[in-house]
Amino acid sequence: MDYVSNTVTERNEMLKEIGVETVEEIFNSIPEEVKLKRELKVSGGMSELALKDYMQEISEKNSSLVHYTSFLGAGAYDHYVPGIIDHLISRQEFYTAYTPYQAELSQGTLQVIYEYQSMICELTGMGVANASLLDGGSATAEAILMAARISRNKKILLSAGLHPAYREVAHTYGVPKNLNFVQIGLEGTTTNLTELEENLDKDVAAVVVQYPNFYGSIEEMEKIKELKQQYKKVLLIVVTNPIALGLLKPPGEFGADIVTGEGQPLGNPLNYGGPYLGFLSCKDERKYIRQIPGRIAGATEDVEGNVGYVLTLQTREQHIRRDKATSNMCTNEALNAAISTIYMATMGKAGLREVAEKSFKKAHYLAEKIDELDKFNVLNMDNFFYEFKVETKLPVKKVLSDLKQEKILGGVNLSRFDEEGILLSVTEKRTKEELDRLVQLMEAM
Amino acid sequence: MAERLIIDYSSPGRKGYSLPPLEIPEVDMGDYIKESYFRDELKLPEVSEVDVVRHYTALSELNYGVDSGIYPLGSCTMKYNPKRNEDIARIEGLSQLHPYQDEEDLQGSFEFLYELKRDLAEISGMDEMTLQPASGAHGELTGLLIIREYFEDKGIEKNKVIVPDSAHGTNPASAVMAGFDIVEIESNKDGMVDIDELKEAVDDKVAALMLTNPNTLGIFEKDIKEIADIIHDAGGLLYYDGANLNAIMGYARPGDMDFDVLHLNLHKTFSTPHGGGGPGSGTVGVKEFLRPYLPRPVLKKDDKNYYWDYDRPKSIGKVHAFYGNYGVLVKAFSYIKTLGGKGLTRTTENAVLNANYMKAKLKEEFSLPYQENSLHEFVLSGVKQKEKGASTLNMAKRLLDYGQYAPTIYFPLVVKEAMMIEPTETENIDTLNRFIETLQKISEEVENNPELVKNAPHNTSVRKLDEVKAARQPDLRW
Repeated sequence: MDYVSNTVTERNEMLKEIGVETVEEIFNSIPEEVKLKRELKVSGGMSELALKDYMQEISEKNSSLVHYTSFLGAGAYDHYVPGIIDHLISRQEFYTAYTPYQAELSQGTLQVIYEYQSMICELTGMGVANASLLDGGSATAEAILMAARISRNKKILLSAGLHPAYREVAHTYGVPKNLNFVQIGLEGTTTNLTELEENLDKDVAAVVVQYPNFYGSIEEMEKIKELKQQYKKVLLIVVTNPIALGLLKPPGEFGADIVTGEGQPLGNPLNYGGPYLGFLSCKDERKYIRQIPGRIAGATEDVEGNVGYVLTLQTREQHIRRDKATSNMCTNEALNAAISTIYMATMGKAGLREVAEKSFKKAHYLAEKIDELDKFNVLNMDNFFYEFKVETKLPVKKVLSDLKQEKILGGVNLSRFDEEGILLSVTEKRTKEELDRLVQLMEAM
Repeated sequence: MAERLIIDYSSPGRKGYSLPPLEIPEVDMGDYIKESYFRDELKLPEVSEVDVVRHYTALSELNYGVDSGIYPLGSCTMKYNPKRNEDIARIEGLSQLHPYQDEEDLQGSFEFLYELKRDLAEISGMDEMTLQPASGAHGELTGLLIIREYFEDKGIEKNKVIVPDSAHGTNPASAVMAGFDIVEIESNKDGMVDIDELKEAVDDKVAALMLTNPNTLGIFEKDIKEIADIIHDAGGLLYYDGANLNAIMGYARPGDMDFDVLHLNLHKTFSTPHGGGGPGSGTVGVKEFLRPYLPRPVLKKDDKNYYWDYDRPKSIGKVHAFYGNYGVLVKAFSYIKTLGGKGLTRTTENAVLNANYMKAKLKEEFSLPYQENSLHEFVLSGVKQKEKGASTLNMAKRLLDYGQYAPTIYFPLVVKEAMMIEPTETENIDTLNRFIETLQKISEEVENNPELVKNAPHNTSVRKLDEVKAARQPDLRW
C-alpha cells in the first residue's frame, strides 16, 4: 500500500509533458556512482488490518498505565485529560496544517497561539510568552542562553533542585557557548541559600531554580528574590510546573525575569515522554523580547480594520536572521500548545485551582500516612506541593517491585539519578482507596 | 467573520469540567504552605464545555490543512497524513506509558523503536540513529554537537562550518548554537555548490559542510563525491540536511554519498502531521566512528531484552529531557510498515514525477531561473509578473482566494521573487492541473487587472494583514 493515486495512463501523460520516456530518466541527474542499485531492505507493505493487528500485538508486549495505579511523576504527570481535547485537536484543520506562513488561511492556528500565550502569561505572572519550545528540558536550556545574551555574562548558577535531566540538557546546550555552570547544592530538599549567596556576584548571568523543584519542594522564593536583587544584571530563571501555579503565587511575583518549564501537565497525554511542549515567558521589556527564542503570534488588523493574527517579531528568527538569530528554533510543539490551550480554557479559573488543590491535599494525606510508618520517612513534609521524597532502610528496588506485583507503580526510584530514595507524585486522579492501599502495602513491608 | 477570544466567552461561575471527589479528610493547606505563597487571582476563562467545543471548532474552520487540499510548500513535504497512523498512535498500550516506567514494561515499544532506527539507517545509508531530537533544527544542533565533540575528543581544533547561500536558515543558526563560526559560500550559475569557491573556503579549521541534496532548488549536487573528498581531505565532516529526502528515498542514500552525519524530518518524508507547526521529529544518523558521541541514552538489545544504555562517556549528553517525540515515532513507523521498501521508492518516483510535470507546465508562464534537472521540488521566479505590478507575495495571497495554499515564497534567497513548489507524491494529476490552471489564471490577472492581485486576498476570513503594525506595536496577549 502506498498513497500514490496517479494511474499508468496518467503517468504516461505526465512523462510526455515532461518530455521523457521513463521516470528513470529524470533521476539521471543523480550520478551513477551514488545511486542505490538494489531495493531498500525495509519490510512492510502491510494492509491497514495487518498493521493494526501487528501494532496491537506489539502494544501487548508493553505494560501500560492502564494496568497500574501510578505514582510516577518527576517531570511527567498523570493528570486528568478532558475527553473533548482529543476530539478538538483531531480536527484536520488543526493537526494537518503547516506552520501558519500564510496567515490569512491560518487564523485558527494563530489565534490559538495568541490565546496560549495569553494564558501562559497569566499563569506565570509574566508579560510576554512565545508560541512553545520543544520540551521542558530544552526550554530551560534556551532560557539560559537567552539570559546569557541579555546579561552578556557566562556564569550560570544551577540549583541542584532542578530536574537532573534538565541540568544535563542545559549543559549540552551551554557548554559550546562557553557558559560556565556552577551547581548550587541543597539543604534538605531545597536550594542551599548560603551557597547561593556565596556564589552570586556581578559576573553571574542567571540563577536557575525550579518551583516546585524536582523533589516537589517549594523553594524559598522570597529569599531568592532578595538575594538576586542585589545584583542588577543577574537574571532569575524559574522553571515551574504550570499545574502548581493554579494555587501558588506566580514566579513573576517573585522577581522572575524568565519563566519556563514543561507544559505536559496541561492536558497532554504521557506518550512515553513526548511530544510534550516547553513554555517560555518573560518580562514585557524590549531587551527581553528581542532575545526570545522561537515563534510569537501577535494581533493586528487587516486592510478593512478587522482583527487578525500573524507570526510577528520574526527578525529574531532563523529564517530571517540565519546565523544572527536568537535560536535555531523552527518547528515547535504547536499541536501540544493547542492541547494546553484547550485544557486551560476547559478547566478555567476554578478548574485549574481545583486540580492543584486536590493533588496537593491527596499528596499530603498520603505523605502523612507514609511518614507515620516505621520503615519509611518523608524528607520534605513541610514544603512539598504534590510530589515528595521518601527514604527507607529497605532496598528501594524491592519495595517498588513488591508494589508492582500488586499493580502499583510506587514512585520513581531515584537510583536512576544516582541518588537514594523514592520520588512519589500524587495527582487528583488517585482515589482514597488507592492511597490507603499503598499505605497498607508499605506498612506490611 | 472573526471569532472572539475564549476569554470573551467568560461568565463568572461558569464551568466546563468535572473532577473526582476529594474523599479524604479535609487538609488545611495553610499548615504546609506560607500564606504569602498562595496566588491571589487567576484570570483564566470561565466557560462551559459547549463554549469550548464551539469556539475551537469555529477557529479550526479558519484554518487550511492537508485534508483541505494541495499544500505545495517547497522543502516542507506536505504529503497526506494517513489516518491509520493516528489510530495506531492512540492504542492505549502504546501511548499510556510514563517515561520512567521499568524497561521490562516497555519491551513492545522498544521493539518497534529499534526496528524504526534500523529502517531509517537502511533508508539513509547510516550506521546508527538517535531518535531523541524533536525537530529538524533540533536534529541539526544534535548532529553538529556530535561533530564538535568528535573533534574535541580527538584533540583537533576546528571552529568553522561552511553553509551554502541556498541553505535553510536553520543550518547557520544551528551551527552558531553549536559554537561554530559560519562561512557562507555562493552557489554557481547552475544553482549548485561552486567547487572553486568551496576549495577556497576550506581549510583545516573547517569542522563541517552542511548540505541539502537535492538542494533547496530541487537540484541534485552532481559533484557530491568531489565535494565530499574536498571536505574529507581537509579533515572536515559532511552534514546532510534531510529536509529533502523525499526526492531520493530508494534511489540514493546520503550515507553512500559519504555524508557522515544527517538528520531526517519524520514530519516531512515520513508523513507525520505538522500540527500547525509541530510536533516533529529530527532523528539523527551517523557513521560508525561517530557512534560514541550520540546523545544519551542509546537504545540497545542483548540476547533477551531491549534496554537504554546510559553508560556513554563520550556522549554529547541529552538534548531532550526524555527520549524525544515518541508519539511522532509511532506514526512514522506505521507509515514505513505500510509502504515497505518498495512503497517508499514509489513515493520518491511519484514525488519527482509530480514536481517535474508541474515545472513543465509552468515554466513558460513564469521564469525558471535554473535550467538544471530538478527532482521533488522546483523554484520559479515571479520577476515577469513583478514588472507588471504584482509581486510573488501578491500572487501567493491570490492563490488563497482560490482556496489553495501558496508555495514557499522568497526562499531560497538566491532567487528573486522565488516561488518554491513541492507537490509531493500524494497529489494526483487532477489536483496538480487545478493548481497549475489557477497559477496561470493569476498570471493572466496580473496582466489584465494587477490591482485585483495586489489587493488579494479578497475571500479569506480576514484580508491582507498588517504585519508592520504587528511588529511595531506588539499585541502579544489579551
